Amino acid sequence: MYNQAARLFRAAALATAVCAMPTLSQAADITGAGSTFVFPIAAKWAEAYKAETGVGLNYQSIGSGGGIKQITARTVTFGASDVPLSAKELADDGNLVQWPVVMGGIVPVVNLEGMASNSLTIDGATLAKIFLGEIKTWNAPELKALNPSADLPAAPILVVHRADGSGTTYNFTNYLSKVSPDWKSKVGSATSVEWPTGLGAKGNEGVANNVAQTKGAIGYVETAYAKQNKLTTMKMINKDGKTVEASGQTVQAAAANADWAKAESFNLIITDQAGANSWPISASTFILMPKEVKDANAAAEALKFFAWIYKNGDKAAEALDYVPMPTNVKELAAKSWSEIKGPDGKAVAGM
Amino acid sequence: MVNIPMSSVSVGARDLAIKRFAASDALFRLVTRSAAYLVLTLLGAFLVTLVIGSSLALSTFGVGFFTTQSWNPNPDILKFGALAPIYGTLVTSAIAMALALPVGLGIAVFLTELCPLSLRRAIGSAIELLAGVPSIIYGMWGLFVLAPVLQNFENNYLVPVVADVPILSSIFAGPSYGQGVLTAGIILAIMVLPFIAAVSRDVFLTVPAVLKEAAFGLGATTREVVRKVVLPYSRVGVIGGAMLALGRALGETMAVTFVIGNDPKVRASLLAPGTTISSSIANEFAEAKEPMHSSALVALGLILFVITLIVLSAARLMLARMNQRAGA
Repeated sequence: MYNQAARLFRAAALATAVCAMPTLSQAADITGAGSTFVFPIAAKWAEAYKAETGVGLNYQSIGSGGGIKQITARTVTFGASDVPLSAKELADDGNLVQWPVVMGGIVPVVNLEGMASNSLTIDGATLAKIFLGEIKTWNAPELKALNPSADLPAAPILVVHRADGSGTTYNFTNYLSKVSPDWKSKVGSATSVEWPTGLGAKGNEGVANNVAQTKGAIGYVETAYAKQNKLTTMKMINKDGKTVEASGQTVQAAAANADWAKAESFNLIITDQAGANSWPISASTFILMPKEVKDANAAAEALKFFAWIYKNGDKAAEALDYVPMPTNVKELAAKSWSEIKGPDGKAVAGM
Repeated sequence: MVNIPMSSVSVGARDLAIKRFAASDALFRLVTRSAAYLVLTLLGAFLVTLVIGSSLALSTFGVGFFTTQSWNPNPDILKFGALAPIYGTLVTSAIAMALALPVGLGIAVFLTELCPLSLRRAIGSAIELLAGVPSIIYGMWGLFVLAPVLQNFENNYLVPVVADVPILSSIFAGPSYGQGVLTAGIILAIMVLPFIAAVSRDVFLTVPAVLKEAAFGLGATTREVVRKVVLPYSRVGVIGGAMLALGRALGETMAVTFVIGNDPKVRASLLAPGTTISSSIANEFAEAKEPMHSSALVALGLILFVITLIVLSAARLMLARMNQRAGA
């Protein structure tokens, strides 16, 4: 019970850290909303940026769906989404610019007594069957075949998924659709889907808490949440048939094949990538900002923050098992910022 | 006697005073009437907003919206049926009332009829404190404390015990997540208990002592006095308290969202995850980007609005019937 309370307080502390010490500076905070996937690293960046510049970040970790909705309604300066929008969606949602800010891995986590992290291995097809509700117990033959030496209990598998619209869900279901035709036809991929089984929790935080809480549970979270909550992670078999652990290196390996320069407006998904060392469920978080901003100063402040992240944020990201964007992508993204213009028609970047 | 000269000036002053009174009376009436009409206007405005907001979903899905349970916000599919949230709302509230009503009445009877005076105040304050606990606290307690305990109990004792009993085995079918319809019902019961207990206690205290003493004088036991004198005398108040509690149970959002498991499906098992109208709205409204999705959520709000109206009207009707029968 104390562990759970501590976890809860840690989450609260993280949340307050982002908007801590608002009175020290005169500058207004940068406001953003969206992805819970990126929240742990966003909080770290915001803390360091605040110490350096006095400008804080007020980030609502409400899920990618909420982030897209809020930036479309212009209630925040930027939105963050783990789902890249297509060029058409960017135009439809009010003329937005999008660029990737960081990458990370999504990892299956379980709650099985006495089971150490990465002692269980799973492949995409089996994961899909579990989330379809077709594999119901931990000692099912499919799981035994993958883990011949593991001591799997006869307990029921309890599935935990997201209850809110989520980019983590989008990438997770995108991966399952790629590896399981059954999943593709029955459920499909989207920020929120009609789950065949299991219980829903709000945010990566909620899934992490519920898995930690429920014996026999399986869920999927961003790796930083697994790390912070000391959850039992699973190894996965990737497209090349190799067994890999979720880490910065394996996400990096998955990202290595991605051709960002060719993707129109950075619309690229990096799940189920080839490569012996590739983590199969890798994802990127994208920042969304309007091309015509009303408050040029706020937009300029936000762009300064993102430039700072590209320049100084890599170490903090790696410490949490996120993967920084490659230099060429950073340059491409920074170039796209010139499309963001104030009411006077001048670019706000570098203001 | 003071002789007041009936001069034209004083008549004018009197008329003026009367006019002034009439004017202030009219103003007073206008102010109070506007205040009362404001409530009606607000109620009407809510209804209109909800109807307009939900028209897209209701016109697309028609009656099927109330009878199907597919809730799919995937932008490629967008199919919505409200059966699961409606079912979850009604069932969790029913469980809550079934648990809280007997216990609440028991507390009230004990406090007013049997409890030593010194204990009465302590228990009474405890109940009032319970009513003041914010619902998020109930939610957290339910998720972190109650849910694991229930999961352990249900998976290891309840489910195996009823496994061979025909109907019970499907009502209590495992596996239990600890969170689900039953857990939400129990949390709701704890939340509405103080309402029922406090209101019932207050109305029990209004029963004239002479009535009770007369019954005791005739040789009635405490149980008989409660059943034949106290409860009939105070039934309007008790039902009022119960309806207040039911209203809270139907609309409770945060605590339920924590423990119900948020899965929009109708399942026979009370141990399975479910959803309610208010928790669906709380979970999904912030990111309902598709117009159809937000319209479906507004339609859920409209349904909750109507359910609450029906409950209140039913309570009124029930009271009127009971009063009629008591009078006849």
